[in-house]
Amino acid sequence: MALVVLLGKLADLAGASTLPLPLPMSVELNWETLKAALPPALAEALDDPRIRVAVNGALLPNKSKLQAGAGDEIALLPPVSGG
Amino acid sequence: MRDIRLLDRVFMPGMLIGPFTNANPGLGGVSTFVGEVRSDTGVEALELTHYEPLTLPGMHQLADRAFARFDLMGLLMVHRVGLMHPGEPIVCVSAAALHRRDAINAVDFCMDHLKSAAWFWKREKRDGEWHWIEPREQDHSDLSRWQA
Repeated sequence: MALVVLLGKLADLAGASTLPLPLPMSVELNWETLKAALPPALAEALDDPRIRVAVNGALLPNKSKLQAGAGDEIALLPPVSGG
Repeated sequence: MRDIRLLDRVFMPGMLIGPFTNANPGLGGVSTFVGEVRSDTGVEALELTHYEPLTLPGMHQLADRAFARFDLMGLLMVHRVGLMHPGEPIVCVSAAALHRRDAINAVDFCMDHLKSAAWFWKREKRDGEWHWIEPREQDHSDLSRWQA
């Protein structure tokens, strides 16, 4: 299983602040397969270039190069609204 | 003295600033900024979400940059998360230094970065409905002041 964490308004699009993705240990997620596993309204929003992605707390310089698998936490981060 | 924290309940800035000042003996000046939830028309509540693996580490990196850029003795940076109501403190930044300019500028620097680049997502409840707050252009131009 991988865990998708949704911040800000992405949580509204997903209807939850976390989405567990059931995955066999051997399956590797990339950006396209991740989007295919998410609700369509959410997947569509994710190509906004301002949306950043972190895997296990580390920001990806380029989200389209995402590589993740079972046991990973994938955070989807919309633009911050500041403190 | 360095104190960087996220708090999930109401706090009283005065209770932090006294001990912070005392923890920096020999200082020449302390500058403090306290931000509160504004009582805008119709706003009933504000909710701040953070992402644990990024938000507090990001505040520590900001503190590192403030210490590198200004001649500081101490820095206090406390930010609320969770549900807040108008009039409640949301942020408190206090800097202690030998000379006033470093203290004042360090607080200004930290606030501009917290307002535009820190990992917080904010929504407000108006007339019973929640609305996400989008980034403001003003916050980005505030940030560009420090890029010289």
